[in-house]
Amino acid sequence: MAMQAAEIESLIRAGIPDAEVEITDLAGDGDHYAARVVSESFRGLPRVRQHQAVYAALGGRMGGALHALQLTTATPE
Amino acid sequence: MTEDVHARIDELVRNNRIVLFMKGSPLFPQCGFSSRAVAILQHLGAEFESVDVLQDQGIRQGIKAYSDWPTIPQLYVDGEFVGGSDIMMEMYESGELAQLVEGARAQAH
Repeated sequence: MAMQAAEIESLIRAGIPDAEVEITDLAGDGDHYAARVVSESFRGLPRVRQHQAVYAALGGRMGGALHALQLTTATPE
Repeated sequence: MTEDVHARIDELVRNNRIVLFMKGSPLFPQCGFSSRAVAILQHLGAEFESVDVLQDQGIRQGIKAYSDWPTIPQLYVDGEFVGGSDIMMEMYESGELAQLVEGARAQAH
């Protein structure tokens, strides 16, 4: 059920085209990741909406195939 | 989600100033993310209601649709969805969560 970091990254990029995505495999087990996603499209949105945009890009895998994704979102400086 | 589940979640969210939907109880969290959420709230001295979704499959699935959020834990303050454990940690570090919890406490008095 685990996902590869590259797959997570490409799904996020497909959903949020301008996103800068940085994935870290936290445990080395292909199941616990951290993602930092930076996108201009997040500007002015509350954090909940920013995270929902990333979850939408992951198309329902979050909480399923992807158990643990520690997510940080930001807008470009 | 059935109307019954929706109504029960509505009631929990409206009748408690701070409510955490989590896996397990604050004393015995059953997941690292829920454990972290509890630790943050306790560190802020927040009085909160907790709902163990493992005890209620209806709420476990229903809360995800209710909040449009795929994971547990989920925090509500004053009827508003705040986020999961990552957002709680970010808001804790920035001081925003302390303010939100203080606000909830002040209104309760």
